[in-house]
Order: sequence, then C-alpha cells, then structure tokens
Amino acid sequence: MPKPHVLRRLAACLSPGGLITDAHAVRPFETDGLTAIRERPWAVALPETAGQVRAVLGVCRDEGVPVVTRGAGTGLSGGARPRRDGVLLTLSKMRRVKEVDLDACTATLEPGVTNLAISEAVREHGLHYAPDPSSQIACSIGGNVAENAGGVHCLKYGLTVHNVLGLRVQTIAGDELVLGGKGLEQPGLDLLAVMIGSEGMLGVITEVTVKLLPLPPVKRVLLAAFGDLQAAGDAVSAIIAAGIVPAGLEMMDNPAIRAAEDFAAAGYPRDATAVLLCELDGPKAQVETDTERVRQLLETGGAAVRVARDEAERERLWKGRKSAFPAMGRLAPDYYCMDGTIPRSALAQVLGDIAELSAEHGLRVANVFHAGDGNLHPLILFDANEPGEADRARALGDAILRLCVRAGGTVTGEHGVGVEKLDAMCEQFSAAELDQFHRLKAAFDPRGLMNPGKAVPSLARCSELGGMRVHAGKLPFPHLERF
Amino acid sequence: MGEPRGDAWPRPDGLRLAVGTLAVDEAEALRAAVAEARRIRRPLGMVGHASKAFLGGPGGEPLSTLGHRGIVDYRPEELTLTARAGTPLAEVAHAVAENGQILPFDPPRFAGGVGGEGTFGGAIACGLAGPARPWRGGVRDAMLGVEIVNGLGERLRFGGTVMKNVAGYDVSRLMAGARGTLGLILSASVRLQPAPAVEKTYRLECDAEQADANCRRWARLPLPITGTCFLAGALRVRLSGSSQAVAVARAEMALATEDDPAVWEEVRDHRHAFFLESAAGPLTRVSVPRNRRFLREDALIEWNGCQAWLSESPPDELPEGAFATVFRGEPVGAAGAGNTADYARRLRRAFDPDGVLNPGIAS
Ligand SMILES: Cc1cc2nc3c(=O)[nH]c(=O)nc-3n(C[C@H](O)[C@H](O)[C@H](O)COP(=O)(O)OP(=O)(O)OC[C@H]3O[C@@H](n4cnc5c(N)ncnc54)[C@H](O)[C@@H]3O)c2cc1C
Repeated sequence: MPKPHVLRRLAACLSPGGLITDAHAVRPFETDGLTAIRERPWAVALPETAGQVRAVLGVCRDEGVPVVTRGAGTGLSGGARPRRDGVLLTLSKMRRVKEVDLDACTATLEPGVTNLAISEAVREHGLHYAPDPSSQIACSIGGNVAENAGGVHCLKYGLTVHNVLGLRVQTIAGDELVLGGKGLEQPGLDLLAVMIGSEGMLGVITEVTVKLLPLPPVKRVLLAAFGDLQAAGDAVSAIIAAGIVPAGLEMMDNPAIRAAEDFAAAGYPRDATAVLLCELDGPKAQVETDTERVRQLLETGGAAVRVARDEAERERLWKGRKSAFPAMGRLAPDYYCMDGTIPRSALAQVLGDIAELSAEHGLRVANVFHAGDGNLHPLILFDANEPGEADRARALGDAILRLCVRAGGTVTGEHGVGVEKLDAMCEQFSAAELDQFHRLKAAFDPRGLMNPGKAVPSLARCSELGGMRVHAGKLPFPHLERF
Repeated sequence: MGEPRGDAWPRPDGLRLAVGTLAVDEAEALRAAVAEARRIRRPLGMVGHASKAFLGGPGGEPLSTLGHRGIVDYRPEELTLTARAGTPLAEVAHAVAENGQILPFDPPRFAGGVGGEGTFGGAIACGLAGPARPWRGGVRDAMLGVEIVNGLGERLRFGGTVMKNVAGYDVSRLMAGARGTLGLILSASVRLQPAPAVEKTYRLECDAEQADANCRRWARLPLPITGTCFLAGALRVRLSGSSQAVAVARAEMALATEDDPAVWEEVRDHRHAFFLESAAGPLTRVSVPRNRRFLREDALIEWNGCQAWLSESPPDELPEGAFATVFRGEPVGAAGAGNTADYARRLRRAFDPDGVLNPGIAS
C-alpha cells in the first residue's frame, strides 16, 4: 500500500480539491459501465491541465504507483476499473474544446470533451464528427480514442481511428508525444495508429485533433422485415456486394423486435423473424438512386420493405432500434451484453449456432447489432437471483465468443478487452503473439505501471472473469440510448 | 507460432480459397530465414520487385518475398481481400476490378522494378497512397490484419478479416509504412471499396492560390470529390458516384471542361510529364497539414493541398508542421521529430531486438 507522503506529493501536483481519497467520495469511481466489477481506488486525481497530468505521472513513476486512466467511465469491458493500490487519473475536468479550425475542418479537444459535444460545437458550420457511439452524450473523446470506439454510422464513416488526425500523449517516463497533427501523413512509424485502441496501457491522451465532415444533406431509412434469418443475412451481403455503402445497417431478431415494439411502438412487424434497418445518406441524387436499388435488393431477397416517408417516421424507426436495450429489462431481470465480430457472410450461420447454444444453456438470447460490420451484440437474458444462472450466462457468453473466433472473427469489435475479455484473448492469440503485445507495451511503459493487468492477459494467468450484468432493469447510464 | 484459426469452420459460399502446399512451405522458409539470420547475426533486407528501391535500400542480405505469392482469400460480398506479400499489385488490382471493386489506397506502381511494378507486401510496407488519399483513406486505414515474421523468427497474426476488431494493440495498421522494420509481412488483409458507377475528371484554369481556395470551399460541402490535382495553371478535379450525383455536383461546382482521366494514374505512378521531364534531377514530396498552405505555380499539388511534388531538393523553408521526403536525390534526415523517434526506436526493438530486419532503413 502506498504511503501518506505520496498523497501529499500527488496533492501538490493538482489544484485544490483535485485529489480525492475519502472512502465515501471515491465510491462513484469504483466501477465503469461494466458494473459487475468493482474496486475502490486508493486515490482519485482530477487534473485540469496536461501539465498536472504529467506531474501526477511523475510522482507515480518515482513511487512505483500504478495508474489507471479514466474518461467518463462508460466503458463496457472494465478498462477503467480502479486499483486499490493505485491512482485513478480521471480526466473529466479537462473538457475544453480548444479549437475549431474551419479552414482545416478539424477540432482540437481536451480528452474529457464528450463525443456529442464535438458535433454540437460545429453543427452551426454544417459540420460534424462522424463516429457516434450510442453512449455519445456521456463518453469522452479520450475514452473513444483509447477504445477505438465505433457507432451506428461507422460502416460508411469509419471508426475512431479513421477520424482522428492527431494526439498529444503523456508517457510514464515524463515525455509528451505529439503524434500526427492536422496532416494526413507522418514521418516514421505510425505511433498514432498504435495509440488508438490501446486502452490506457501506453500513455495518457491529453489532446485529440479530429477530422470534421460536412453534414449529409439527405438521410433515408428503409425497414425490411424477413421471415427467415438466412434471407436477412444474405440481404446484408447483397447490399454490400452491390457496391452500396449504407450509413448504417442494423439487424434485430424476433425477441429483440418484440421487446422493442412493446417498449417503443416503432411500428415493427411483431411476427417477423428479423428486421433490417438501412440508412442511406449523402447528396440527394445519390441517396435517391441508392434507396431504389436497396429496396429492389431487399424485395428480391424476400423482404417486406417500408421506406420512411418523412423525418418523423425515420426517427420512429430508429427509436425502436435504440430502445432495444432498455426494452430487455422487461424480458429478464439481468442481461449480459456481448461484442463479437464475424464476417458478414457468416451472420445467418452464427445466429443459428447462437440459438442452439442458447437452448443448450437454457437461457434466452436476443440479438440487436451492427449487421453491416458483422459486429454482434448478443444479449444473454438471465436472473442473477436464480442459483447458477449468472454462471451459466457467463459460460454461454464464452461459448459465443469462441464461436466468433471460429467463424474467423474476433472477441471484441468495439467494447475493448479491459478485464472482461482477458480469457477470450487467450483463445484468439498464441503465446508468441501475446508476448509481442507485452513487448510493445514495454516500449512505452517498461515498468508496467499504466493500467496493469488489463487488455492483454499474462501468459501465466488467463483466467480473470467478469461480466456486464444489469440487475432488475437498472442499467448503468439509464439516460443513454442503447445500441 | 500462430496456430491456423478458423479453418474448421464451414466456408460460406463464394469463398475462393487457394492454399497451395508450396506456398505454405514458402512462408515457413521465410520464417526460417529470419530465424537463421538472427542466430548467425547477419541482417536481412526484404525485397519484392524493388520498384521503390529509390526510397533507400533495405540493406543486409537480400531476402525475396516473390516466391510467397497469390491471393489467399477474396470475398467480394465482404469487401475484404487477403493476399501474400509477393503477389504483384497488378494481379490484386485486376482481381478486384473484375468484381467492380477497388483498393481504396490505390498504391502507386512504379516502373523500374525487377520483375514487376510492385508487390502487395511492398505497397503495404511503404505505405504510399494514390490520388484519393483524403477521401478514401491511406494504407493504414484499409488494414484489417497481417501475418508477419518478427525479428525473433516467429510467425504472428494480428487483426483478421472483419471490419471491427479491438482485440489487442493495432499491430496491423502499424505495419503500414513501417518499411519492414518491424517484421516481414507474409500476408495482409485489407478492406476494399466498391468502384463508383461513374468517375469524371474536370479541368479549371486557375493559379495555385485560386485552386487552393476552391478546394477548401468544396471540402466544407458534401460533394463526391475523389481527387484534386493542381499543375501548370490548371486544377483537375475528379468526381465519383452515380451519374446523377456527379452531374448535380458538376453543375454546383461550375466545372465546364471535361478532361482526360488518365492523369490520375499518370500522377500516381510518376509517369506524368511533370515527373518524366525532370527524371534526371531531384524529386521531393512535401506533406502539408490541412491548416497550412504550400502553394507554388511550379509544383504539382494534390490531396486538397496536403501533398505537393517539387522537381528540386527539399526547400529550406517549409510551413509549420510540414515535412519533406526525398524521392530522388540526397536523402534528408528521416523519421519523426524528437522524442517520438526515441519511442519509434524502442518499438522497433520490441519487434526486432537483434536488429536483423532491414538494417539499411533508419529509424
Ligand atoms: C449505454 C452504452 C452504450 C455504448 N455504446 C457504444 C457504441 O455504440 N460503440 C462503442 O464503441 N462503445 C459503446 N459503449 C462503450 C463506451 O461508451 C466506449 O468504449 C467509450 O469509448 C468509453 O469512453 P469513456 O470516456 O467512458 O472511457 P472510460 O470507460 O473512462 O475508459 C475506457 C478505457 O479507456 C482508457 N482511457 C480513457 N480515457 C483515456 C485517456 N484520455 N487516455 C488514455 N486512456 C484513456 C481507460 O483507461 C479505459 O481503459 C457504450 C457504453 C454504454 C454504457
């Protein structure tokens, strides 16, 4: 356990009130969006400037104290879980939009700025920041960078990595790295790429420069109802193979459709086996051509198709999709949200296999997901008060992730490894590959003080467990839309 | 060594698989060559067609990737392609074009190589992108997965063929532009894009200043631009999309004169008169941040002003944040600035602790 003089040194780095150690006051920081996993932090540091971040890191380096960085704490894999012997470096006070550069179409932000605040700051100029995780009203841009967050529109506009031009990063050694900037290329190795998605393991991101894009002038949504999973899966591939890149392409299976319909009355056909929501955006002429082609493809694929006539109907159709997660609360007291990605063409096959696994484990599964990217979010429904159900849910979750790996996919598409998927990482990578990850980390953090024990399992121990459990309909961040 | 994964899975329809035993042995031979080089401490220099040797040779004992070739897996309906390092770029481009798709980074194919105009692995290692870079992304943006041999002689796989993947550090993207200093790329998976229905090139007579002003104004509007190129008193603009979308945009942008689309490939491959006329002299690329201007009437300026070519050595004065790369002539100090370079060197050692890979390439 670190000593009191360390606390004094830490406090001296920060503004008055910038260090919290009171057991009661640190409680809100015990967990991130993965609420099943809790730990009380030894101290919470709330820096206001990059200089303060650097000073805190310096003390931690000198004293050998572990550092866990936290943005908004909406992560779903336990990446920001604190340590009892460490500092939780929380960046929520650093939330200034430092610059909007209309000439370059960029915005430069402190790490605590929320995702949505970026688009709001530039909307008056007809611009937006494209990646839109559904936690966007709460999650921070620093956390988005650390997780390489996706969103409903990343099929067309890319992930965080495709929309970030530059970073400033503080390392535990006391260096400030300036990676990228406002240009497209950088000399030497692409350290910017490796920093994105690195889950707070390599350094603390203290500034982010993002690309801004023009707002699309026209958006159109189609709803397609299928009587057959295979047909719905094939339709996804058919749209992509036809050379159309929708802004979003989302799928829901029957349990999800019913739950969403009961909750939001979006006008979904309750008896459909699956529905696809396809959004097309861009210049009017292009959107009109594409909408007609998508309609034909969907109808040829056996779907009943509806095109939203106006903005109100478009929003209603999306509302059903966005309500699917909270709607689950009505089906079961708890659910566990998975996040695997598979090749699109394997969708029907994998969904069929998930149904079999669901029957085998005696637990219901609802599917609501980013079909266009093959990013599944199976929701395992259970009741933690029934003996053994939580364990069965976890076992079913593991089996589903194994299925994703076997289908040529991955154990996490956008939520990160954190502490939750350490075991699954052992499934996906060989010992030599994991070792290479550890050596990569050591190049930035030789003593392993940054977010220890996360993201990459040690070779000796691949056995930490956890889960996102939602009890009695009480979600973490109940005010957020769910995807 | 990485276990093959996913092989037991029933392959979906439309998958073309061409795993020959010979090629598998070739990958193993490459791995063994690196392991042996490490054992006897004799560094290797990886070569494909050597079409980009003018950027600086890799040094060391030459190790050719050409035997390890072929498209391993191409799924048009997934928009993904996996090919071995030694596959000629032309072969990859041809295969995807047949299915109405494109390699989004549109890598240059330089004449003057040995046995071809560039390999797939070489294109990824060099990280150079064509005229649509600001709109369709660079090599790193298209990377989905790699199989490499690191400096320890281990075969490692990172990423895969799926669109979203945050399991582990993003080693695949790191390989793009690393010029073989972190590992020998055995094969790589990239994301493709559909080819647009229509692609048109227009020409606008103007000076460099006006060209820049136009490009910046257009960048703020939702227009289907996929290329800009200023040269010798004229700006060429490429529009891509449905024929209606292109027609509407053309009217909006007041682009009267249609021009020869050949210019884009000629510039990409340095076959354009601008590059040929000065072939004996130096050639410099200037990479310019979006908020800066590098405007000269005698430069070739693409990428909305973010990339300029000069038929001379790097100028003494560059805009803040800009950097020069010598394509022909006396090389200047490479790699990133200050402490970034220190971390890059450490990263290199993390992949190649004994310095057996491409010793001639500075870091
Ligand atoms: C309701 C809900 C919906 C969601 N929907 C989506 C979605 O659609 N798509 C998606 O991708 N994710 C989604 N998420 C997950 C989560 O919102 C994202 O992962 C988000 O990027 C996390 O941001 P954060 O600021 O909350 O990060 P935190 O949870 O605070 O931290 C996440 C990780 O990033 C690290 N980190 C945070 N800030 C920094 C920094 N400045 N420097 C270095 N490391 C840092 C932390 O150490 C930790 O490892 C959702 C979550 C919820 C609760």
